[in-house]
Amino acid sequence: MISFSPTEEQQMIVAMVKQFASDEMRKIYRECDESGEIPDSLIDTAWKMGLTSSSMPEEYGGSGGEHSAITGSLISEELAWGDLSMAMHILCPALFVYPVLEMGTETQRKKYLPLVCDEKYKAATAALIEPRFGFDPYSLSTIAQPDGNEYVLNGEKCYVPLAAEADLLLVYARENGSSQGFIIEKGTKGLEVGEREKNMGIKALATYELSLKKCRVPKENRLGGQKGCDFSRIMNCSRVALSAMATGVAKAAFEYSRDYAKERVAFGEPIASRQAIAFMLAEMAIEIDATRLMTWEAAWKLDRKEEATEEASLVKAYADDMVIMVTDRAVQILGGHGYVREHPVELWLRNGRGFVTFDGMAIV
Amino acid sequence: MIDFELTPEQQEGIKAAHDAAKELFRPISRYYDEHEHESPQELIDNIWKRRSEGLFDLGMDATAALRIEELCWGDAGLFLCIPGPALGGAAVFSSGTQEQMQRFLGGFNEGEPKWGAMAMTEPGCGSDTAAISATAVRDGDEWVLNGEKIFVTMGKRALEDSDGFVVVWATVDKSAGRAGMKSFVVPAGTPGMRVEKLEKKLGIKASDTVTIIFDNCRIPFENILGSPEVRKTETKGFRGAMATFDATRPIIAAQALGVGRAALDFVKETLENEGIKIRYGTPRQQLTALERDIIEMEANYKAAKLLTLRALWMMSQLQPNSLESSMAKAKAGLAVTKITQKAVEIMGPLGYSRKYLLEKWMRDAKINDIFEGTGQINMLVTARRILNYSRDQLK
Repeated sequence: MISFSPTEEQQMIVAMVKQFASDEMRKIYRECDESGEIPDSLIDTAWKMGLTSSSMPEEYGGSGGEHSAITGSLISEELAWGDLSMAMHILCPALFVYPVLEMGTETQRKKYLPLVCDEKYKAATAALIEPRFGFDPYSLSTIAQPDGNEYVLNGEKCYVPLAAEADLLLVYARENGSSQGFIIEKGTKGLEVGEREKNMGIKALATYELSLKKCRVPKENRLGGQKGCDFSRIMNCSRVALSAMATGVAKAAFEYSRDYAKERVAFGEPIASRQAIAFMLAEMAIEIDATRLMTWEAAWKLDRKEEATEEASLVKAYADDMVIMVTDRAVQILGGHGYVREHPVELWLRNGRGFVTFDGMAIV
Repeated sequence: MIDFELTPEQQEGIKAAHDAAKELFRPISRYYDEHEHESPQELIDNIWKRRSEGLFDLGMDATAALRIEELCWGDAGLFLCIPGPALGGAAVFSSGTQEQMQRFLGGFNEGEPKWGAMAMTEPGCGSDTAAISATAVRDGDEWVLNGEKIFVTMGKRALEDSDGFVVVWATVDKSAGRAGMKSFVVPAGTPGMRVEKLEKKLGIKASDTVTIIFDNCRIPFENILGSPEVRKTETKGFRGAMATFDATRPIIAAQALGVGRAALDFVKETLENEGIKIRYGTPRQQLTALERDIIEMEANYKAAKLLTLRALWMMSQLQPNSLESSMAKAKAGLAVTKITQKAVEIMGPLGYSRKYLLEKWMRDAKINDIFEGTGQINMLVTARRILNYSRDQLK
């Protein structure tokens, strides 16, 4: 039965996250973007909300809630509304544990899931993107070669969030023609974390290049063991998460530019009372809503464990365009004021531009 | 719970509508496009005979939208020829009393086929409904209507070819502005009302669009929808008109979706036959321009569809949905206009030829960005709502 109403529980979670986003994240996001640092205290506070651990089964120390892509989308949107760098940082461990939860072997689940059920935030991450033109997640240049009881991994990765502090990494590599995940622990020989990257946006999020040089991984560390993983599903979960985050960033930019347009007076009237500005805002609102609904639909398919590549990639492509259209217009509506760093819209434009690039950097 | 699952009834309804569109509409689609104003009598008779099946009982909820989409996938012009109260019914439904609903809509399934219509636009005003100059003057137990209405969809069928009715918007007090705007039901055959000028159009040629002249046209007092009182602080009559739009705009959006999907399906089928696959999930920089176009068209169709379903879902939840209705209509009208135009471009010589229906769909699609409020008016309504601005604050 068609319904657009989140459950009561989801509404409560959204309200809680929104409160956190507006009370905590929005207070310091500019500072964090300038300094490139997010205070541990903020991450810890966010962690205590249990956004990730709540969907871990009790036997692994979680609170046994159902893991849901719809709930994940709702959370992702609110956090990204607060700040995208922080949202990605807070949700980073999910990049490692959600695939393990869904596709890991029992041994892998037992070993790794309790990690995110700890009271303290511990970074874990995933490495997918590679620093080359024409990067394609389905045709990776990082290669995993079986060798006895091990895999030998070779290749380069980039945009790996929190790679330096993460104890555990899920590295995606090409093995026998398909993309598979490999669990690599910090300090493994041949795993080299490079310098922190300098990006146009998401400046507060620490991302790194990564080199794998004859990095040997035990066979049992292949995600899902012999069966391997459903890589398409992982990608779809990522597309949905990123679409939800794009919606959040766009919503932030929309709200700010709408409020500005109502206050800013030109030729004796608020600029919002001119159609040139008002229609820009109307289109922004329509496209944000449309993207959110499409995100929900793709998430709904994922929750039913149905094939969702079409829905997920459609909404991702749509969200990529939408967020750049909306954040760019937000800057435009503020004019010169939009271009200076006293206002947040330039930050949202820089962050928004990244979504086409952020494959696999968030997951629901 | 957020849910997109269709009920078994909805699935059946969609399938039945799709089959009907394919069997009844598509084979005669081109003929009635080329023979404007000719009545598809056989089709109407057929529909009328089958009315007990409930196939063409549409209503105005999400289920209706899903079925309307299918029917318009068949043919948007022929869809409008389906007997029923249509927009006139929507007006009665959203601002009439129980008694009026019974009186005006009760007999629609009996006797001969009937149509309803709505008359708002005038030569001097379209979306600026507050500028309506048609007048209604009370005279004892009657209202006397005078004025000229244009672009009345299915007005001829409602008033000349059947025993239907038209809902007319007129002012009872010009000095009161919007507060003086009221709507009236005028049954077919009422003296003083005549149908003139059958418009020749770009598309949806199977439907008729007419001018109606009211010349001292007298109707019973109780044919007014809503209260006859004029309070300057209150704009109830006008709000009645707007409430009608809240219901009808997403329905128009659903009609648009049907045309858009017809074009999309045609393009995708052709590509499939040519062995061209759309590689969903492939990185953007590796997609062909064609794949990008198709993905953009499909995403826009989906965006419009979900906005439409949401607007109707809200209405069935009794939530105010003016904003969402206008959003859906603005998005769907434009999206489908662009989708069909792009489809013609993609199909090249096949797109432009009248041998195929695609060029017709492009012409049909355009009306959805115009009637029941142009895309721009819907953007204006959306903008006012999101800004919380009155019509004086945002003109």
